[in-house]
Amino acid sequence: MKTLLVAEYRDGKLLGTGNELVAFAQQLGAESAMFLVGSSSLLPQYDGTLYLADVKKYAEFNPAVHKQLLLDVIAKEQPEMIVFGHTSYGWDLAPRIALAINAAQISEVIDIVDGTLMVGSCNAKLRRDVKSRTEQTVITLQAGAFGPAEPTGTPNVVTINTDITAQMEFSGYEAADAGGVDLSKAEVIVSAGRGIGKPDNVPMIAALAKALGGELGASRPVVDAEWAEHHRQVGTTGQTVSPKLYVACGISGAIQHLAGMKKSEFIVAINTDKDAPIGEIADVLVVADLKQFVPALTEKLVNA
Amino acid sequence: MNILVCIKQVPDMESKFKVNADGTWYDTVDLAWRMNEYDEYAVEQAVQLKEQVGDSDLTVLCIGSDRVKETMKKALAMGCDRGAHIIDDNAAQKDPFEIASIIATYAKDKSFDLIFTGMQSQDRGSAQVGILVAEMLGLPGISTIVAFTYDSGQITVRRELEGGIKAIVKSGTPALVTCQLGLNTPRYPTLPNIMKAKKKELLSVAVAELLNVEARQATERMYLPEKKGGGLVLEGEPAELADQLIKILKDKTTVLA
Repeated sequence: MKTLLVAEYRDGKLLGTGNELVAFAQQLGAESAMFLVGSSSLLPQYDGTLYLADVKKYAEFNPAVHKQLLLDVIAKEQPEMIVFGHTSYGWDLAPRIALAINAAQISEVIDIVDGTLMVGSCNAKLRRDVKSRTEQTVITLQAGAFGPAEPTGTPNVVTINTDITAQMEFSGYEAADAGGVDLSKAEVIVSAGRGIGKPDNVPMIAALAKALGGELGASRPVVDAEWAEHHRQVGTTGQTVSPKLYVACGISGAIQHLAGMKKSEFIVAINTDKDAPIGEIADVLVVADLKQFVPALTEKLVNA
Repeated sequence: MNILVCIKQVPDMESKFKVNADGTWYDTVDLAWRMNEYDEYAVEQAVQLKEQVGDSDLTVLCIGSDRVKETMKKALAMGCDRGAHIIDDNAAQKDPFEIASIIATYAKDKSFDLIFTGMQSQDRGSAQVGILVAEMLGLPGISTIVAFTYDSGQITVRRELEGGIKAIVKSGTPALVTCQLGLNTPRYPTLPNIMKAKKKELLSVAVAELLNVEARQATERMYLPEKKGGGLVLEGEPAELADQLIKILKDKTTVLA
Protein backbone atom coordinates (compact mmCIF):
# COMPACT_ATOMS: atom_id res chain seq x y z
CA MET A 1 0.00 0.00 0.00
CA LYS A 2 1.28 3.41 -0.98
CA THR A 3 -0.23 6.66 0.34
CA LEU A 4 0.21 10.31 -0.54
CA LEU A 5 -0.32 12.62 2.43
CA VAL A 6 -1.50 16.17 1.76
CA ALA A 7 -0.09 18.42 4.50
CA GLU A 8 -1.20 21.98 5.16
CA TYR A 9 0.43 25.36 5.61
CA ARG A 10 -1.38 28.54 6.57
CA ASP A 11 -0.37 32.07 7.34
CA GLY A 12 3.28 31.28 8.02
CA LYS A 13 2.64 28.07 9.95
CA LEU A 14 2.59 24.33 9.30
CA LEU A 15 -0.72 22.92 10.47
CA GLY A 16 -0.90 19.89 12.77
CA THR A 17 -2.89 17.88 10.20
CA GLY A 18 0.34 16.49 8.72
CA ASN A 19 1.17 14.50 11.86
CA GLU A 20 -2.32 12.97 11.88
CA LEU A 21 -1.87 11.88 8.26
CA VAL A 22 1.48 10.28 9.16
CA ALA A 23 -0.20 8.46 12.07
CA PHE A 24 -2.84 7.14 9.65
CA ALA A 25 -0.18 5.81 7.24
CA GLN A 26 1.65 4.21 10.17
CA GLN A 27 -1.54 2.53 11.39
CA LEU A 28 -2.03 1.10 7.89
CA GLY A 29 1.60 0.03 7.70
CA ALA A 30 1.67 1.89 4.38
CA GLU A 31 4.50 3.57 2.50
CA SER A 32 4.02 7.29 2.17
CA ALA A 33 5.11 10.45 0.46
CA MET A 34 4.00 13.94 1.43
CA PHE A 35 2.69 16.91 -0.60
CA LEU A 36 2.79 20.48 0.66
CA VAL A 37 2.27 23.92 -0.77
CA GLY A 38 4.45 25.64 1.79
CA SER A 39 7.85 27.11 2.37
CA SER A 40 11.36 25.64 2.17
CA SER A 41 12.21 27.68 5.26
CA LEU A 42 9.60 25.80 7.32
CA LEU A 43 9.85 22.11 6.49
CA PRO A 44 7.86 19.50 8.39
CA GLN A 45 9.74 16.85 10.34
CA TYR A 46 9.02 13.87 8.13
CA ASP A 47 10.92 10.76 7.21
CA GLY A 48 10.28 10.47 3.46
CA THR A 49 9.89 12.33 0.18
CA LEU A 50 8.25 15.74 0.43
CA TYR A 51 6.91 17.25 -2.79
CA LEU A 52 7.07 20.94 -2.07
CA ALA A 53 5.54 23.82 -4.04
CA ASP A 54 6.35 27.39 -3.06
CA VAL A 55 3.40 29.05 -1.36
CA LYS A 56 4.67 32.50 -2.37
CA LYS A 57 4.32 31.51 -5.99
CA TYR A 58 1.06 29.54 -5.79
CA ALA A 59 -0.85 31.19 -2.88
CA GLU A 60 -2.39 29.49 0.14
CA PHE A 61 -5.83 29.08 -1.42
CA ASN A 62 -5.81 28.47 -5.13
CA PRO A 63 -7.70 25.27 -5.88
CA ALA A 64 -7.09 24.95 -9.63
CA VAL A 65 -3.34 25.41 -9.17
CA HIS A 66 -3.00 23.22 -6.06
CA LYS A 67 -5.03 20.58 -7.89
CA GLN A 68 -2.65 20.52 -10.83
CA LEU A 69 0.44 20.41 -8.60
CA LEU A 70 -1.05 17.47 -6.73
CA LEU A 71 -2.18 15.66 -9.89
CA ASP A 72 1.36 15.80 -11.22
CA VAL A 73 2.65 14.16 -8.03
CA ILE A 74 -0.11 11.53 -8.12
CA ALA A 75 0.83 10.67 -11.71
CA LYS A 76 4.44 10.18 -10.63
CA GLU A 77 3.89 8.37 -7.31
CA GLN A 78 0.80 6.32 -8.28
CA PRO A 79 -0.47 6.12 -4.67
CA GLU A 80 -3.43 3.86 -3.89
CA MET A 81 -4.67 6.37 -1.34
CA ILE A 82 -4.50 10.16 -1.36
CA VAL A 83 -5.06 11.32 2.20
CA PHE A 84 -6.23 14.74 3.38
CA GLY A 85 -7.37 16.09 6.70
CA HIS A 86 -11.12 16.78 6.78
CA THR A 87 -10.38 20.49 7.07
CA SER A 88 -11.35 23.62 5.16
CA TYR A 89 -8.35 22.90 2.90
CA GLY A 90 -8.95 19.15 2.60
CA TRP A 91 -12.68 19.09 1.94
CA ASP A 92 -12.22 21.80 -0.69
CA LEU A 93 -9.40 20.15 -2.63
CA ALA A 94 -10.18 16.44 -2.19
CA PRO A 95 -13.30 16.27 -4.44
CA ARG A 96 -11.42 18.05 -7.24
CA ILE A 97 -8.65 15.44 -7.09
CA ALA A 98 -11.08 12.51 -6.80
CA LEU A 99 -12.97 13.62 -9.90
CA ALA A 100 -9.79 14.22 -11.92
CA ILE A 101 -8.40 10.73 -11.25
CA ASN A 102 -11.79 8.92 -11.41
CA ALA A 103 -11.50 7.88 -7.78
CA ALA A 104 -14.01 7.46 -4.98
CA GLN A 105 -13.73 9.98 -2.18
CA ILE A 106 -14.61 8.83 1.30
CA SER A 107 -15.05 11.75 3.66
CA GLU A 108 -14.27 12.23 7.34
CA VAL A 109 -12.91 8.76 8.06
CA ILE A 110 -12.74 7.90 11.77
CA ASP A 111 -11.15 4.46 11.55
CA ILE A 112 -9.92 1.81 9.13
CA VAL A 113 -10.19 -1.92 9.83
CA ASP A 114 -8.96 -4.47 7.27
CA GLY A 115 -9.38 -1.98 4.43
CA THR A 116 -12.91 -0.99 5.41
CA LEU A 117 -13.27 2.70 6.11
CA MET A 118 -15.54 3.80 8.92
CA VAL A 119 -17.37 7.12 8.84
CA GLY A 120 -20.03 8.81 10.98
CA SER A 121 -23.50 9.85 9.84
CA CYS A 122 -26.35 11.94 11.22
CA ASN A 123 -24.35 13.93 13.73
CA ALA A 124 -22.39 10.83 14.88
CA LYS A 125 -25.61 9.04 15.86
CA LEU A 126 -24.88 6.40 13.21
CA ARG A 127 -21.80 4.84 11.66
CA ARG A 128 -21.18 3.48 8.18
CA ASP A 129 -18.63 1.00 6.86
CA VAL A 130 -17.71 2.15 3.37
CA LYS A 131 -15.85 0.39 0.58
CA SER A 132 -14.26 2.15 -2.36
CA ARG A 133 -14.90 0.62 -5.79
CA THR A 134 -12.06 2.43 -7.56
CA GLU A 135 -8.37 1.56 -7.88
CA GLN A 136 -7.27 4.77 -6.24
CA THR A 137 -9.18 6.27 -3.32
CA VAL A 138 -9.20 9.79 -1.95
CA ILE A 139 -9.95 10.06 1.74
CA THR A 140 -10.25 12.84 4.30
CA LEU A 141 -9.58 12.07 7.97
CA GLN A 142 -11.70 13.38 10.80
CA ALA A 143 -9.68 15.82 12.91
CA GLY A 144 -8.28 14.06 15.96
CA ALA A 145 -9.22 10.52 14.82
CA PHE A 146 -5.63 9.41 14.12
CA GLY A 147 -2.48 10.11 16.06
CA PRO A 148 -0.93 12.58 15.91
CA ALA A 149 2.39 10.86 15.20
CA GLU A 150 5.47 12.19 16.93
CA PRO A 151 7.16 14.32 14.23
CA THR A 152 10.55 12.91 13.31
CA GLY A 153 13.10 12.94 10.48
CA THR A 154 14.20 15.28 7.73
CA PRO A 155 12.31 15.10 4.46
CA ASN A 156 13.87 14.48 1.09
CA VAL A 157 12.55 17.60 -0.66
CA VAL A 158 11.50 17.52 -4.31
CA THR A 159 10.51 20.97 -5.55
CA ILE A 160 7.50 21.02 -7.88
CA ASN A 161 6.05 23.62 -10.23
CA THR A 162 3.17 24.19 -12.60
CA ASP A 163 2.25 26.88 -15.10
CA ILE A 164 -1.51 26.49 -14.83
CA THR A 165 -3.42 29.72 -14.15
CA ALA A 166 -5.72 30.47 -11.25
CA GLN A 167 -9.52 30.39 -11.51
CA MET A 168 -10.06 32.77 -8.64
CA GLU A 169 -8.22 35.33 -6.56
CA PHE A 170 -7.23 34.78 -2.93
CA SER A 171 -6.79 38.17 -1.28
CA GLY A 172 -5.71 37.41 2.26
CA TYR A 173 -7.21 36.65 5.63
CA GLU A 174 -9.61 38.32 7.97
CA ALA A 175 -8.90 37.58 11.63
CA ALA A 176 -11.50 35.84 13.78
CA ASP A 177 -13.86 38.25 15.53
CA ALA A 178 -11.98 39.49 18.55
CA GLY A 179 -13.77 39.63 21.88
CA GLY A 180 -13.21 40.36 25.53
CA VAL A 181 -13.21 36.77 26.76
CA ASP A 182 -10.28 34.41 26.47
CA LEU A 183 -12.02 31.14 27.23
CA SER A 184 -8.74 29.25 27.12
CA LYS A 185 -7.84 30.83 30.48
CA ALA A 186 -11.13 30.00 32.22
CA GLU A 187 -11.08 27.24 34.88
CA VAL A 188 -14.78 26.59 34.47
CA ILE A 189 -16.84 26.96 31.30
CA VAL A 190 -20.60 26.48 31.14
CA SER A 191 -21.72 26.32 27.53
CA ALA A 192 -25.13 26.80 26.00
CA GLY A 193 -26.24 24.72 23.04
CA ARG A 194 -29.27 24.72 20.80
CA GLY A 195 -31.08 22.60 23.41
CA ILE A 196 -31.57 25.66 25.61
CA GLY A 197 -34.44 26.39 23.23
CA LYS A 198 -34.50 30.17 23.03
CA PRO A 199 -32.29 33.22 23.63
CA ASP A 200 -34.25 34.08 26.78
CA ASN A 201 -32.62 31.07 28.43
CA VAL A 202 -29.04 32.28 27.93
CA PRO A 203 -29.04 34.30 31.22
CA MET A 204 -30.00 31.12 33.09
CA ILE A 205 -26.87 29.40 31.72
CA ALA A 206 -24.75 32.49 32.40
CA ALA A 207 -26.01 32.49 36.00
CA LEU A 208 -24.80 28.91 36.45
CA ALA A 209 -21.43 29.88 34.97
CA LYS A 210 -21.18 32.72 37.46
CA ALA A 211 -22.19 30.49 40.39
CA LEU A 212 -19.35 28.13 39.44
CA GLY A 213 -16.90 31.02 39.07
CA GLY A 214 -16.61 30.44 35.35
CA GLU A 215 -17.36 31.85 31.94
CA LEU A 216 -20.23 31.39 29.56
CA GLY A 217 -19.42 29.43 26.42
CA ALA A 218 -21.59 28.51 23.46
CA SER A 219 -21.92 26.03 20.64
CA ARG A 220 -21.96 27.06 17.03
CA PRO A 221 -25.75 27.09 16.46
CA VAL A 222 -26.17 29.43 19.43
CA VAL A 223 -23.57 31.82 18.01
CA ASP A 224 -24.99 31.59 14.48
CA ALA A 225 -28.40 32.49 15.87
CA GLU A 226 -26.74 35.47 17.61
CA TRP A 227 -27.81 34.32 21.08
CA ALA A 228 -24.14 34.64 22.13
CA GLU A 229 -21.09 36.45 20.76
CA HIS A 230 -18.60 34.65 18.52
CA HIS A 231 -15.78 34.99 21.05
CA ARG A 232 -17.74 32.63 23.33
CA GLN A 233 -17.87 29.88 20.69
CA VAL A 234 -16.16 26.60 21.59
CA GLY A 235 -15.17 24.25 18.80
CA THR A 236 -13.29 23.88 15.54
CA THR A 237 -14.17 27.35 14.27
CA GLY A 238 -14.18 28.94 17.71
CA GLN A 239 -11.86 28.42 20.66
CA THR A 240 -10.23 25.21 21.85
CA VAL A 241 -10.46 24.94 25.61
CA SER A 242 -9.39 22.57 28.40
CA PRO A 243 -10.81 23.93 31.67
CA LYS A 244 -10.96 22.04 34.96
CA LEU A 245 -14.71 21.76 34.53
CA TYR A 246 -16.77 21.97 31.35
CA VAL A 247 -20.56 21.93 31.62
CA ALA A 248 -22.38 21.38 28.32
CA CYS A 249 -26.01 22.48 28.52
CA GLY A 250 -28.27 21.30 25.71
CA ILE A 251 -25.33 20.48 23.46
CA SER A 252 -25.78 17.30 21.42
CA GLY A 253 -22.05 16.90 20.77
CA ALA A 254 -21.28 17.51 17.10
CA ILE A 255 -17.70 16.53 16.34
CA GLN A 256 -16.78 20.18 15.69
CA HIS A 257 -17.83 21.05 19.22
CA LEU A 258 -16.19 18.02 20.82
CA ALA A 259 -12.90 18.87 19.08
CA GLY A 260 -12.89 22.16 20.98
CA MET A 261 -13.55 20.85 24.50
CA LYS A 262 -12.83 17.13 24.83
CA LYS A 263 -9.53 17.76 26.62
CA SER A 264 -11.36 19.40 29.52
CA GLU A 265 -10.43 17.75 32.84
CA PHE A 266 -14.00 17.02 33.90
CA ILE A 267 -17.06 17.14 31.65
CA VAL A 268 -20.67 17.37 32.75
CA ALA A 269 -23.40 17.20 30.12
CA ILE A 270 -26.98 18.21 30.80
CA ASN A 271 -29.33 16.95 28.14
CA THR A 272 -32.82 15.51 27.74
CA ASP A 273 -31.52 13.04 25.13
CA LYS A 274 -29.80 10.13 26.84
CA ASP A 275 -28.35 9.05 23.47
CA ALA A 276 -26.79 12.41 22.55
CA PRO A 277 -23.16 11.92 21.37
CA ILE A 278 -21.96 14.31 24.12
CA GLY A 279 -22.68 11.42 26.53
CA GLU A 280 -19.78 9.50 24.94
CA ILE A 281 -17.19 11.87 26.35
CA ALA A 282 -18.98 13.22 29.43
CA ASP A 283 -17.84 12.09 32.89
CA VAL A 284 -21.37 12.75 34.09
CA LEU A 285 -24.51 12.93 31.95
CA VAL A 286 -27.45 14.51 33.74
CA VAL A 287 -30.65 13.54 31.94
CA ALA A 288 -32.91 16.44 32.79
CA ASP A 289 -34.89 19.41 31.55
CA LEU A 290 -32.48 22.35 31.62
CA LYS A 291 -35.15 24.83 32.64
CA GLN A 292 -35.76 22.91 35.86
CA PHE A 293 -32.35 21.50 36.62
CA VAL A 294 -30.08 24.49 35.91
CA PRO A 295 -31.89 26.97 38.22
CA ALA A 296 -32.06 24.27 40.95
CA LEU A 297 -28.32 23.67 40.67
CA THR A 298 -27.49 27.38 40.55
CA GLU A 299 -29.58 28.08 43.63
CA LYS A 300 -27.89 25.33 45.64
CA LEU A 301 -24.44 26.54 44.59
CA VAL A 302 -25.19 30.17 45.44
CA ASN A 303 -26.69 29.25 48.83
CA ALA A 304 -24.03 26.72 49.72
CA MET B 1 -29.48 36.46 -14.08
CA ASN B 2 -30.06 32.73 -13.92
CA ILE B 3 -29.57 31.20 -10.46
CA LEU B 4 -29.72 27.60 -9.21
CA VAL B 5 -29.90 26.44 -5.62
CA CYS B 6 -29.58 22.73 -4.79
CA ILE B 7 -31.21 21.41 -1.65
CA LYS B 8 -31.61 18.09 0.13
CA GLN B 9 -34.30 16.83 2.44
CA VAL B 10 -32.90 15.22 5.59
CA PRO B 11 -34.35 13.80 8.81
CA ASP B 12 -34.46 15.95 11.90
CA MET B 13 -31.13 15.19 13.56
CA GLU B 14 -32.80 14.95 16.99
CA SER B 15 -34.60 11.82 15.76
CA LYS B 16 -34.10 8.38 17.25
CA PHE B 17 -32.45 6.61 14.35
CA LYS B 18 -32.87 2.93 13.55
CA VAL B 19 -31.06 0.92 10.90
CA ASN B 20 -33.17 -0.32 7.99
CA ALA B 21 -33.89 -3.97 7.14
CA ASP B 22 -30.94 -4.46 4.77
CA GLY B 23 -28.58 -2.79 7.23
CA THR B 24 -27.12 -0.18 4.88
CA TRP B 25 -29.07 2.99 5.74
CA TYR B 26 -31.33 4.42 8.40
CA ASP B 27 -34.98 3.39 8.54
CA THR B 28 -37.08 6.23 7.10
CA VAL B 29 -40.26 5.26 8.93
CA ASP B 30 -41.43 7.64 11.68
CA LEU B 31 -38.88 10.37 10.92
CA ALA B 32 -39.67 14.07 10.69
CA TRP B 33 -38.16 15.59 7.52
CA ARG B 34 -36.83 19.06 6.91
CA MET B 35 -34.53 21.04 4.65
CA ASN B 36 -30.84 20.30 5.21
CA GLU B 37 -29.76 23.13 7.49
CA TYR B 38 -26.83 24.24 5.30
CA ASP B 39 -29.19 24.46 2.33
CA GLU B 40 -31.46 26.92 4.15
CA TYR B 41 -28.54 29.35 4.08
CA ALA B 42 -27.99 28.57 0.39
CA VAL B 43 -31.64 29.28 -0.43
CA GLU B 44 -31.60 32.50 1.59
CA GLN B 45 -28.44 33.74 -0.16
CA ALA B 46 -29.85 32.88 -3.58
CA VAL B 47 -33.08 34.75 -2.79
CA GLN B 48 -31.12 37.76 -1.52
CA LEU B 49 -29.10 37.79 -4.74
CA LYS B 50 -32.29 37.60 -6.80
CA GLU B 51 -33.71 40.54 -4.84
CA GLN B 52 -30.50 42.49 -5.34
CA VAL B 53 -30.21 42.06 -9.12
CA GLY B 54 -33.92 42.25 -9.89
CA ASP B 55 -34.27 40.69 -13.32
CA SER B 56 -33.49 37.07 -12.54
CA ASP B 57 -34.82 33.55 -12.37
CA LEU B 58 -34.15 31.27 -9.41
CA THR B 59 -34.58 27.49 -9.68
CA VAL B 60 -34.51 25.18 -6.67
CA LEU B 61 -33.42 21.62 -7.42
CA CYS B 62 -33.99 18.62 -5.19
CA ILE B 63 -33.44 14.89 -5.76
CA GLY B 64 -35.69 12.38 -4.03
CA SER B 65 -39.09 10.73 -3.77
CA ASP B 66 -42.38 12.64 -3.76
CA ARG B 67 -41.75 13.26 -0.07
CA VAL B 68 -39.16 15.97 -0.91
CA LYS B 69 -41.80 18.17 -2.55
CA GLU B 70 -42.76 19.45 0.88
CA THR B 71 -39.23 20.74 1.41
CA MET B 72 -39.14 22.21 -2.10
CA LYS B 73 -42.33 24.12 -1.31
CA LYS B 74 -40.56 25.75 1.62
CA ALA B 75 -37.80 26.93 -0.73
CA LEU B 76 -40.43 28.25 -3.15
CA ALA B 77 -42.15 30.04 -0.26
CA MET B 78 -38.80 31.57 0.74
CA GLY B 79 -38.60 33.10 -2.74
CA CYS B 80 -37.39 30.62 -5.36
CA ASP B 81 -39.26 31.02 -8.67
CA ARG B 82 -39.52 27.43 -9.82
CA GLY B 83 -38.70 23.92 -8.72
CA ALA B 84 -36.89 21.11 -10.52
CA HIS B 85 -37.78 17.88 -8.79
CA ILE B 86 -35.53 15.00 -9.85
CA ILE B 87 -37.66 11.98 -9.02
CA ASP B 88 -35.61 9.25 -7.41
CA ASP B 89 -36.90 6.82 -4.80
CA ASN B 90 -33.35 5.53 -4.24
CA ALA B 91 -31.55 8.85 -3.78
CA ALA B 92 -30.23 7.86 -0.34
CA GLN B 93 -28.32 4.93 -1.84
CA LYS B 94 -26.49 7.12 -4.37
CA ASP B 95 -22.96 8.24 -3.64
CA PRO B 96 -21.82 11.89 -3.85
CA PHE B 97 -20.35 11.30 -7.32
CA GLU B 98 -23.69 10.08 -8.69
CA ILE B 99 -25.65 12.90 -7.04
CA ALA B 100 -23.22 15.51 -8.40
CA SER B 101 -23.39 13.95 -11.88
CA ILE B 102 -27.19 14.17 -11.86
CA ILE B 103 -27.07 17.86 -10.91
CA ALA B 104 -24.31 18.68 -13.40
CA THR B 105 -26.19 16.94 -16.23
CA TYR B 106 -29.31 18.91 -15.35
CA ALA B 107 -27.40 22.22 -15.14
CA LYS B 108 -24.98 21.94 -18.06
CA ASP B 109 -27.09 23.52 -20.83
CA LYS B 110 -28.97 25.96 -18.67
CA SER B 111 -26.36 28.74 -18.34
CA PHE B 112 -26.67 29.35 -14.64
CA ASP B 113 -24.67 32.41 -13.57
CA LEU B 114 -24.52 31.30 -9.96
CA ILE B 115 -25.11 27.97 -8.25
CA PHE B 116 -25.60 27.72 -4.49
CA THR B 117 -25.40 24.52 -2.45
CA GLY B 118 -24.99 23.70 1.22
CA MET B 119 -21.41 22.85 2.22
CA GLN B 120 -22.55 19.36 3.27
CA SER B 121 -25.64 17.39 4.18
CA GLN B 122 -26.49 16.68 7.79
CA ASP B 123 -27.06 12.96 7.24
CA ARG B 124 -24.18 11.86 4.96
CA GLY B 125 -21.90 14.79 5.70
CA SER B 126 -19.53 14.07 2.80
CA ALA B 127 -19.03 17.73 1.82
CA GLN B 128 -18.38 16.74 -1.79
CA VAL B 129 -21.39 17.38 -4.01
CA GLY B 130 -21.08 21.16 -4.45
CA ILE B 131 -17.42 21.15 -5.39
CA LEU B 132 -17.91 18.10 -7.65
CA VAL B 133 -20.69 19.89 -9.53
CA ALA B 134 -18.43 22.93 -10.01
CA GLU B 135 -15.60 20.75 -11.33
CA MET B 136 -17.91 18.78 -13.63
CA LEU B 137 -19.20 22.05 -15.10
CA GLY B 138 -15.72 23.61 -15.25
CA LEU B 139 -16.76 26.48 -12.98
CA PRO B 140 -14.85 28.14 -10.15
CA GLY B 141 -16.17 26.51 -6.97
CA ILE B 142 -15.65 28.01 -3.53
CA SER B 143 -16.53 26.01 -0.44
CA THR B 144 -17.63 26.89 3.08
CA ILE B 145 -18.59 30.53 2.64
CA VAL B 146 -19.77 32.68 5.54
CA ALA B 147 -20.07 35.98 3.61
CA PHE B 148 -21.15 36.69 0.04
CA THR B 149 -21.40 39.83 -2.06
CA TYR B 150 -22.13 40.24 -5.75
CA ASP B 151 -21.26 43.24 -7.87
CA SER B 152 -21.32 43.48 -11.69
CA GLY B 153 -20.48 39.87 -12.47
CA GLN B 154 -17.92 39.53 -9.65
CA ILE B 155 -18.40 37.74 -6.36
CA THR B 156 -16.43 38.32 -3.17
CA VAL B 157 -16.79 35.69 -0.49
CA ARG B 158 -15.26 34.76 2.83
CA ARG B 159 -14.36 31.13 3.39
CA GLU B 160 -14.45 30.00 6.98
CA LEU B 161 -11.27 28.30 8.17
CA GLU B 162 -10.39 26.58 11.44
CA GLY B 163 -10.18 28.92 14.43
CA GLY B 164 -12.70 31.33 12.90
CA ILE B 165 -10.21 32.94 10.49
CA LYS B 166 -11.68 33.80 7.11
CA ALA B 167 -10.06 33.70 3.68
CA ILE B 168 -11.22 36.43 1.32
CA VAL B 169 -11.75 35.07 -2.20
CA LYS B 170 -12.89 36.79 -5.39
CA SER B 171 -14.14 35.18 -8.55
CA GLY B 172 -15.92 36.01 -11.75
CA THR B 173 -19.19 34.35 -12.72
CA PRO B 174 -20.47 31.83 -13.55
CA ALA B 175 -19.41 30.24 -10.30
CA LEU B 176 -20.60 27.88 -7.58
CA VAL B 177 -20.43 28.44 -3.83
CA THR B 178 -21.12 26.04 -0.95
CA CYS B 179 -22.74 27.65 2.07
CA GLN B 180 -21.71 27.28 5.70
CA LEU B 181 -23.96 27.82 8.72
CA GLY B 182 -24.19 31.44 9.79
CA LEU B 183 -23.84 32.86 6.25
CA ASN B 184 -27.05 34.85 6.72
CA THR B 185 -30.34 34.62 8.60
CA PRO B 186 -32.69 32.34 6.66
CA ARG B 187 -36.16 33.85 6.48
CA TYR B 188 -39.35 32.19 7.63
CA PRO B 189 -41.84 31.92 4.78
CA THR B 190 -44.84 34.19 5.34
CA LEU B 191 -48.37 32.88 4.91
CA PRO B 192 -49.02 34.87 1.68
CA ASN B 193 -45.74 33.53 0.27
CA ILE B 194 -46.67 29.98 1.26
CA MET B 195 -49.94 30.44 -0.65
CA LYS B 196 -48.12 31.91 -3.66
CA ALA B 197 -45.62 29.03 -3.62
CA LYS B 198 -48.43 26.58 -4.32
CA LYS B 199 -48.91 28.14 -7.73
CA LYS B 200 -45.24 28.09 -8.71
CA GLU B 201 -43.99 25.67 -11.33
CA LEU B 202 -42.66 22.36 -9.99
CA LEU B 203 -41.16 20.52 -12.92
CA SER B 204 -40.50 16.80 -12.51
CA VAL B 205 -37.68 14.93 -14.21
CA ALA B 206 -37.05 11.20 -13.92
CA VAL B 207 -33.59 10.53 -12.52
CA ALA B 208 -32.88 8.01 -15.30
CA GLU B 209 -32.81 10.90 -17.78
CA LEU B 210 -29.91 12.52 -15.93
CA LEU B 211 -27.92 9.67 -14.42
CA ASN B 212 -25.22 8.23 -16.66
CA VAL B 213 -22.51 7.14 -14.21
CA GLU B 214 -22.05 4.40 -11.62
CA ALA B 215 -21.37 4.70 -7.91
CA ARG B 216 -17.72 4.74 -6.88
CA GLN B 217 -18.31 3.66 -3.31
CA ALA B 218 -20.78 1.56 -1.38
CA THR B 219 -22.04 1.56 2.17
CA GLU B 220 -21.59 -2.01 3.31
CA ARG B 221 -23.15 -1.59 6.70
CA MET B 222 -24.79 1.08 8.81
CA TYR B 223 -25.03 0.64 12.56
CA LEU B 224 -25.36 2.43 15.86
CA PRO B 225 -22.01 3.25 17.47
CA GLU B 226 -21.11 1.14 20.46
CA LYS B 227 -21.65 2.92 23.73
CA LYS B 228 -18.26 3.49 25.25
CA GLY B 229 -19.85 3.43 28.69
CA GLY B 230 -17.47 5.41 30.89
CA GLY B 231 -19.64 8.27 32.02
CA LEU B 232 -22.09 8.19 34.88
CA VAL B 233 -25.72 8.78 33.89
CA LEU B 234 -27.89 10.58 36.45
CA GLU B 235 -31.66 10.59 36.19
CA GLY B 236 -34.33 11.72 38.60
CA GLU B 237 -35.85 14.73 40.25
CA PRO B 238 -34.06 18.09 39.60
CA ALA B 239 -33.27 19.07 43.20
CA GLU B 240 -31.90 15.61 44.00
CA LEU B 241 -29.89 15.59 40.80
CA ALA B 242 -28.39 18.95 41.77
CA ASP B 243 -27.32 17.56 45.16
CA GLN B 244 -25.81 14.50 43.52
CA LEU B 245 -23.91 16.58 40.99
CA ILE B 246 -22.55 18.99 43.62
CA LYS B 247 -21.25 16.02 45.61
CA ILE B 248 -19.54 14.60 42.52
CA LEU B 249 -17.97 17.97 41.69
CA LYS B 250 -16.64 18.24 45.26
CA ASP B 251 -15.16 14.74 45.07
CA LYS B 252 -13.76 14.78 41.55
CA THR B 253 -12.82 18.41 40.83
CA THR B 254 -11.26 21.32 42.68
CA VAL B 255 -13.61 23.98 41.36
CA LEU B 256 -15.88 24.03 44.42
CA ALA B 257 -13.02 24.05 46.91
